Amino acid sequence: MSLDQDYLSYPWRRYGYDHDRYAWSMLANRKPVHWPGGKQLAVWINVSLQFYPLNQRGVPFKVPNGMTMPYPDLRHSSLRDYGNRVGIYRMLAAFEQRGIRPTWAINAQLAEQTPYLLERLKAFGGEFLCHGWNMDHLHYGGQDRDEEAAIVRRSIETLRELTGGPIRGWLSPAKHQSWNTPDLLAENGIEYCCDWVNDDMPYAFATERGPLTMMPLSTEIEDQFVMCQNLHSEDSWVSQVTDAFDFLLEEGRAQGGRLLALNLHPWLVGQPHRIGCLEAVLDHITGHGDVWQAPAGEILDAYRKQAGDND
Amino acid sequence: MKAELKERLGAYDYWPYENRPKITWPNGARVAFWVAPNIEYYELDPPLNPQRKPWPTPHPSVPGFSIRDYGNRVGHQRQMALLDKYGIRASVSLSVALCEHHPEIIEMCRERDWEFFSHGVYNTRYTYGLNEAQEREMIRDGIETIHRHTGQKCAGYLAPALSHSERTLDLFAEVGQELFGEEGGIYTCDLFHDDQPTPIHLRSGRRFISMPYSLEMNDTIVYAVNKVEPRHYLTMLKRHFDRLYAEGAESGTVMCIPTHNYQVSCPQRIKAFEEALEYITGHSDVWVATGREIASHYLAHHYDDAVRDIDAKAAAAGRN
Repeated sequence: MSLDQDYLSYPWRRYGYDHDRYAWSMLANRKPVHWPGGKQLAVWINVSLQFYPLNQRGVPFKVPNGMTMPYPDLRHSSLRDYGNRVGIYRMLAAFEQRGIRPTWAINAQLAEQTPYLLERLKAFGGEFLCHGWNMDHLHYGGQDRDEEAAIVRRSIETLRELTGGPIRGWLSPAKHQSWNTPDLLAENGIEYCCDWVNDDMPYAFATERGPLTMMPLSTEIEDQFVMCQNLHSEDSWVSQVTDAFDFLLEEGRAQGGRLLALNLHPWLVGQPHRIGCLEAVLDHITGHGDVWQAPAGEILDAYRKQAGDND
Repeated sequence: MKAELKERLGAYDYWPYENRPKITWPNGARVAFWVAPNIEYYELDPPLNPQRKPWPTPHPSVPGFSIRDYGNRVGHQRQMALLDKYGIRASVSLSVALCEHHPEIIEMCRERDWEFFSHGVYNTRYTYGLNEAQEREMIRDGIETIHRHTGQKCAGYLAPALSHSERTLDLFAEVGQELFGEEGGIYTCDLFHDDQPTPIHLRSGRRFISMPYSLEMNDTIVYAVNKVEPRHYLTMLKRHFDRLYAEGAESGTVMCIPTHNYQVSCPQRIKAFEEALEYITGHSDVWVATGREIASHYLAHHYDDAVRDIDAKAAAAGRN
């Protein structure tokens, strides 16, 4: 039996995209953006602080790095907890020594359950953004809208209350969304989202509740993608990040400001044998004069002041 | 009634690599080298095909869609700048709906006299399950869309997302010939059985070849399937080239680098690609060409000898 003839009909075959979320444009053709101080490259150091529940439901899929063994999967559950107990403190020392201003993407439930950690991060400084409820509360097509709306609201409100800050940004667990997620974020006062990894600069993203800015948080240079998904060595991760840094800095000099968004996981890069690699990466980044290292919200503000018709 | 599945497609004969008629490339080159950027459009919410899911998670599958979009928004011009730098005119494996979605990319390729060949309409519309008339329609759409937007008479085909039927090669050659005579539909990139062009059997008996395109050097296979480190990809490309260059002193070989702008043009990977291009084009006896140029040369100068040799060897081996 052959396919229905509809399989060869293309209702969205038109100029631009097969959706209305953002405009089509090529990075190299946009008006150059200049970062504060005339810098060419903005560097966003993002730390994903995560809680992976032992009783993972895996709806609609099992999140990468989640539970894989029969219940109770203590090996993965406790290894992820390691990041929030031990790994993060090694990272804090590394950041402190180099004057890094990080962005904390935290699961709201983790913020609620680990007040010591939250206070320590608040005291350290940097920006908090909401990383959803926990790593087993995914956002996905087909999800009941009210159910998702409740998770989004509870996550953001919890984090605002606990941090006392505005919480301007959002990172979905596993960067997965439903068709409604961007609308729900805007409805809750979120200004930027990190999920769509289709650019090396921020860009405007449309929702039913007004504009959002997409701040692409690169997946393919993050620690877990390189070392857990691709199983590359720590040393290869260092060279990949430094190569990316060098390339974006050159491109920034030639074409206008660029954004290096580096996502990190304390349960991975906070291990004793890996922390030195993070330090090497940070030394490379902070060793250049043309770099503006800032939290995501400040990068957003600098971009927005100039964006105009860039998108 | 369930159709019987074939043990072999029968598109080519067994033909050993040793003792073949010598291939000579223009100016005595040892290797015909071509770069085939896949410029693709993946739909955010494609219809489902019973035999293959377009995305691994419920739509919108943002992680997969957005990195592919990165290729078009960011990666394309990075790769194009490198190919310009090393004097390479690429052969684009094109999701032809991109002519409508992103015509600026098509225009930049046209300005450089790059070749376009069909890679289907979208990389999220598969051949699986199409009847013959439907597959013919999809193939015709590909060839006609390229002609309408670029004026080119499409010579090659790489089936969308490497999804095939038993009649894919036949249909592509037939539709190409119907539309453009001997200039249309002369090579396929869908077969990985050889490092030289080879004649292909078609039900029409038309002269048609398989062009080495290399799954092994394909950046998506290397990076996303085989999880290779960027700097090791450079090592692989150099070794691949070195051997084909050495063997090409005896009889001409073909090396292809199939690329994707969402892989090779990422900032952590583009240096490895650049060094490979610099290395390969730094050799004197390399013919930097397009798919159509290699196919046309082979059809004009080597196809007949190859068919005679294949038939003679098959006869000697007992085939009548």
